[in-house]
Order: sequence, then structure tokens, then C-alpha cells
Amino acid sequence: MNDARVFKALADPTRRFLLDRLFRRDGRTLTELASELDMTRFGVMKHLRLLERAGLVITRRSGREKLHFLNPVPIQLIHDRWIGKYTERQVSALASLKRSLEEKS
Amino acid sequence: MSNTIQMHRVYIKATPQAIWSAITKPEWTEQYGYAPLVDYDMRAGGQFRAYPNEGMKQFPGVPSVILDGEVIEADPPRKLVQTWRMLMDPGLAAEGFTRLTYEIVPVKGGVTRLTVTHELGGAPKLAALLSGERESEGAGGGWSEVLSGLKTLLETGQSLPFQSGR
Repeated sequence: MNDARVFKALADPTRRFLLDRLFRRDGRTLTELASELDMTRFGVMKHLRLLERAGLVITRRSGREKLHFLNPVPIQLIHDRWIGKYTERQVSALASLKRSLEEKS
Repeated sequence: MSNTIQMHRVYIKATPQAIWSAITKPEWTEQYGYAPLVDYDMRAGGQFRAYPNEGMKQFPGVPSVILDGEVIEADPPRKLVQTWRMLMDPGLAAEGFTRLTYEIVPVKGGVTRLTVTHELGGAPKLAALLSGERESEGAGGGWSEVLSGLKTLLETGQSLPFQSGR
């Protein structure tokens, strides 16, 4: 899998929303995912296909249904390559600062 | 997260045989992820166990066997189906056996696709651990960490610097 596909897949808010939904609960159908978006079924399908090509979503047949699963490994690989190596400590310190400031306000 | 099935997939520039060995041989498994020493009787009905490595044994309360289970289907180097139970603490052990499937498929250009399907119905604590939710508590990054460590090891010959079990 190349990083460019993963970054491109993550660059769209609808696709990030779909990943977040799958993170909450895996193994969802297209119908289920489409019901949470103000978008045509075909549009959602296109986004899911892009996520699948980037390796972020894996599909699996269960009877007549096609279930979508989140595959976090490509994100972990980007983490290993781009975050763990350079900036993990600074990023997590800033992230916790941001969180504590936002919680106060 | 309340998943009963977790799927993880990684593409590795290595042969199916190399990936099979890296999953089933202790000299390989001690080099990535949580770095246990696995022991398989590789036939249907055969026993599976994993033992702590030297570093892990230093921690108080680590049991002498950390994983156990049974081989359901062994088709080297393409498919392994087994049961899998975590014995690291009584709460996890009490959740009982889960079902784990490794599928190894060559794609092209010397690249092989590894898919790990873990059926975790009835094991919510184990599911949380393996999804990496407890990473900030020092419980490791679960399957994502294990599989990226496996990829790095097979492609570069080196372990990731921040693997949990090391």
C-alpha cells in the first residue's frame, strides 16, 4: 500500500466520518453507513471503494450482505514512518495541552 | 468500540513461506509485537501455546504460559485457523477461547497479503486490548502494532524500536 493513497483517502471529511463510524462499530453494511450521511447511496459507495483501495476498509461477505471493516494497519504504518520517528513526544504533549485547554473552556 | 470481529490486513514484500514462518516459529515471533515464544503442534487438533520471552519473565505475575489454544485448520503457507485465549490476567483468561484466522495470499511483484480475522464475540476486554484502545496504559497497540512490526521485520530484518514486548 502506498502512503499517497492513504493520505488521499484521509483528506476527505466524508471518508473520515465513515472511518469514525466503523471505529465505533465494525462490520456495517452500505445501507447502514449511508443512512447516517446526507448523500446518495452511490456517493457513499464511491467513498467506501476509495477507502478500500487505500487498504483502510476491508469487506467481507456474510450471507447476502457485504460488511465493511476498518483496517487500521495502514494508519499504524504511517504512524511508524512519520510520527513515531520524528515527533511523537512533541505531538502528544501538544495534543494533551490542546485537550486540557479545550476542556477548561 | 463493541466489535465482535476484528479484521486487519497488511501487504508485505515477502514470500508466503516467510510470513508463515514469522507467525508460527518462536525464533521469529520473539522479534516483533509483544514478542512471545509460540509453540504450535501444526495439525488439526494440535496444541498451541505461547510462552513469555526473557524480558517479560522479569515482570511479576506473568504466567508461564501466556496464550493457549488449538489448531483447527493448518494449510501452510496459506491458511491457519486456530482458537486463541489470552492468559496474561485472570479477567482476560475468563473470557475464554476466541477464533483466529490467518490468510496469506501472494498478490504480485513479490508482495503477499496477510489478513488476520479475529472473532472476539464474548471477549470485550480482549477486543479492547487488541484494538489498541489501551495503548496509553502501556498495553501495546494490539494487532496494528503486531502486524506493522511483522512487516518491518520481514522487509528490513529489523525490529521496530518501540515494540511493546521488548
